[in-house]
Amino acid sequence: MTEDEIRRAYIEELVRVAPDLDPAEIAGSDHLQDDLELDSMDILNLVIALDKRFGVEIAEAEYPQIATPDLAAGFLASRM
Amino acid sequence: MAVFKMPSLGADMEAGKLVEWLVKPGDTVKHGDIVAVVETQKGAIEIEVFEDGVVEKLVAELGQDLPVGAPLAVIKAPGEASAETSEAAPPVAPQSPTEPVEPEVWMEPPSAPPPATPSGIAASPAAKARAAELGVALESLTGSGPGGAIVLADVETTRPAATPSPAEDRGAYIAEMRKAIAAAMARSKREIPHYYVTHTVDLSAASDWLSAANANRPPEERILMGALLMKAMALAAREEKAVNGHFGEDGFTPSPAVHLGLAIALRGGGLVAPAILDADKKSLQDLMEAMRDLTMRARAGRLKSSEMSMATLTFSALGESGVEAMAGIIVPPQVAIVTAGAPGPQALVRDGKVVAAQAVTLTLAADHRVSDGRLGSKFLTAIDAKLQTPEEL
Repeated sequence: MTEDEIRRAYIEELVRVAPDLDPAEIAGSDHLQDDLELDSMDILNLVIALDKRFGVEIAEAEYPQIATPDLAAGFLASRM
Repeated sequence: MAVFKMPSLGADMEAGKLVEWLVKPGDTVKHGDIVAVVETQKGAIEIEVFEDGVVEKLVAELGQDLPVGAPLAVIKAPGEASAETSEAAPPVAPQSPTEPVEPEVWMEPPSAPPPATPSGIAASPAAKARAAELGVALESLTGSGPGGAIVLADVETTRPAATPSPAEDRGAYIAEMRKAIAAAMARSKREIPHYYVTHTVDLSAASDWLSAANANRPPEERILMGALLMKAMALAAREEKAVNGHFGEDGFTPSPAVHLGLAIALRGGGLVAPAILDADKKSLQDLMEAMRDLTMRARAGRLKSSEMSMATLTFSALGESGVEAMAGIIVPPQVAIVTAGAPGPQALVRDGKVVAAQAVTLTLAADHRVSDGRLGSKFLTAIDAKLQTPEEL
């Protein structure tokens, strides 16, 4: 998968976890907590979803690596 | 024969719009079955029935705005003979309706029989209408309703993620929710004499235990600090009964069960606080599952009526980032709320020395008609004590 494809897939999973988000309004640099108002439960649910979708297990210490779509695309690409 | 009425789904609800029936006349229902979906200022709520029986008649029509207490359906007890519905379903005077409601409408049968279901697929009228609107074939869907019936939510999940509700709809929805929150909180501040006690809890033991426990777990089995706080609070509430229950016309009634409300912030400014039933009896893993399930359904607007009306005490947390402490406002008819600031390193005194340690500041707001600061202090101290032995939670 290219980083663009991973970013799109990440946003799909993000919106599934937080269906009140508008995918068209999510920028690559949007921070999960600061900009998109996700709480710790949302983030854990996203980690679970990304694990299932990409087969990449993300340790708690690595959560900052998926804090924005851009960061996540790079991080996930490096782990796949 | 019982009249099933529009339930009160919280102190801030005056009326709701019936948007979906999940049963029809002749259906057998039992305690806890979801029989209808009602749209409120807090989103779509699945309405449960609290008795066993057979649906005799649906009284309310889809699309109606109905005040709390308005008849929705007539349910006869198992073995009970049918009765004339005109006798069985007397109109009930609305309680503070937000808009005038024509009582005679409640007595009329549904305006038209549901259209024939294509290919014999069971689907609710609202699901059929929405499927037609979206051009979705019912045959392509998997039903999650009773007996595998397709319900509105099953149709909505087929909507591609790229076509969200218009922003203006979301704005209007949040505006309505803010009105409901304002009404409930104004009532709370007007009627309930709040007192507050605050306590900072050393979370070193809980954090260390949690890090070690989560290190070897796959993501779906990881536990959040919020679950530890809720479990400790639920166990402490079992001991300090004066913070757990409801205050009604006859005064305070303590609850033998701990149904812990969890404040969940919705993006855009909304807030709901549905209950996790019997939170004190759940294992940490089960409590986490319940919190996850509740958060997901709160975001999707699919909470249940029991969750919206049965909380006996509420917990509200700022989350991982934010300020040190927050004082809450009690959700009537409850008598207490515990709020947690953002956990983080704080300056604590140990053995006469100042050390930096992971800590959280808890604030209890409680009803002074029921308890006082000494009891509130004991309650927060009990939560603290339980968090020092996280392995026992």
